[in-house]
Amino acid sequence: MGDLLPIFFGVIFVNNLVLIQFLGICPFMGVSKKVDTSIGMGMAVTFVMTLAAVITWMIHNWILVPFGIEYLQTVSFILVIASLVQFVEMAVEKISPSLYQSLGVFLPLITTNCAIMGLALLNITNEYSLLESAVHGVGGAIGFTIALLLIAGIREQLELAKMNDLVKGISVAFIVAGVISVAFLGFEGVV
Amino acid sequence: MFVYAIVSLGAIGLFFGLVLAFASQVFYVEKDPKIEAISEFLPAANCGACGYPGCGAFAEAVVKGEAGISDCAPGGNDVASKIADVLGVSAAESTEEYVAEVACMGGREYCDEQFVYHGINDCRAAMMYANGFKACDHGCLGLGTCVEVCNFGAITMGDNGIPIMDPDKCTGCNRCKNICPKNVIRMINKKTKHHVRCNSKDKGKVVKRACKIGCIGCGVCAKNCPEEAITVEENLAYIDSHTCTNCGKCIEKCPRDCITDTLDFKTKALS
Ligand code: SF4
Ligand code: SF4
Repeated sequence: MGDLLPIFFGVIFVNNLVLIQFLGICPFMGVSKKVDTSIGMGMAVTFVMTLAAVITWMIHNWILVPFGIEYLQTVSFILVIASLVQFVEMAVEKISPSLYQSLGVFLPLITTNCAIMGLALLNITNEYSLLESAVHGVGGAIGFTIALLLIAGIREQLELAKMNDLVKGISVAFIVAGVISVAFLGFEGVV
Repeated sequence: MFVYAIVSLGAIGLFFGLVLAFASQVFYVEKDPKIEAISEFLPAANCGACGYPGCGAFAEAVVKGEAGISDCAPGGNDVASKIADVLGVSAAESTEEYVAEVACMGGREYCDEQFVYHGINDCRAAMMYANGFKACDHGCLGLGTCVEVCNFGAITMGDNGIPIMDPDKCTGCNRCKNICPKNVIRMINKKTKHHVRCNSKDKGKVVKRACKIGCIGCGVCAKNCPEEAITVEENLAYIDSHTCTNCGKCIEKCPRDCITDTLDFKTKALS
């Protein structure tokens, strides 16, 4: 328990995957126009990230290490993540077609979301245990969702704001992202 | 060592494959078989000319009745009639072919320039300076952004700074129309030869000052058209391609020479 809380809150605030480690920027910018879709994206990522964290840990420690074939890490992790994303895609299409529509191309793109791969690799480099990896995964996903929600809320308001055409849209979104990122730097050293 | 790598990776792959196969059974979504059938013979160019993200989305929209059967420009009549077969509607209404035309004849000889432009050789860039350098606010800038964007080589730039469309090469894909910052390119019915080659919605006086050949909205053509195919809206005449019989009366009467009777670029004023 002693280690779990710092890992959990650490990856949400101090080492937030998107805002501090700059992983997974494309869905962060792409699906953060509306709060609704960003919640959906957050849930999809949470599912994939948590499972990916657990399964990649198992594969690494129970298959790759015993056989001494750690060099297959990247390939096998991609296999896991891609399958999980396929699974989520099917499930979302069945359960909520409207969410499936609004997530569009970003749903299959979770496969290439570097936040997920990055988290799986971090689990290995940090030599986390299985439980720690799982907590790290959930925390990372929650941090991702929080970042997405923050910027989506702001961008929804910005849509209504009057501003010069030069900064309107994606430009101001990047500026806002930068500001939020700087704000999150304030958590440094907390955990 | 090597064997371990192959076997373990294969086992992992097989495992996930099985899980996915199972999941696809559980999460199976019923899809209209017509969508599949239509997707089969779409060109799969995913060009987006139909206004949908890709050929798949277009197929879905057609089945739902949101998109027209002839909306796939690269597919042309072939695809349109095949879609008509699948949907069980008549193909006749889908055989109209549309080609692009520049609705402006105000080349250098007719339309003045309000200042000398020394910027990037691109109409979109030129637009950023006071809506471009042409004296007419609606006229073609002639820097050839459309020429660049045409995949079929259907556009060449005329000496007078107005693009020349080749109706035989044009597939009606809309790319030039979508990129033109002046919105001066129109899709026109290939069968109808008569068109008003002007885009100026300004009042007659303003048009006369800027351009020697622009439509002033006098309505003489509309009055003289036996088929009542011409309407004048916002100081600009339009010819309805469905009622026009290509009789040519409007050309004779137009005091401004802005109606042409070919898809090529020729008028009596020019010849
Ligand atoms: S007669 Fe010529 S100038 Fe007059 S409205 Fe018709 S097209 Fe325009
Ligand atoms: S060609 Fe004849 S029918 Fe067609 S617009 Fe001109 S006058 Fe009318």
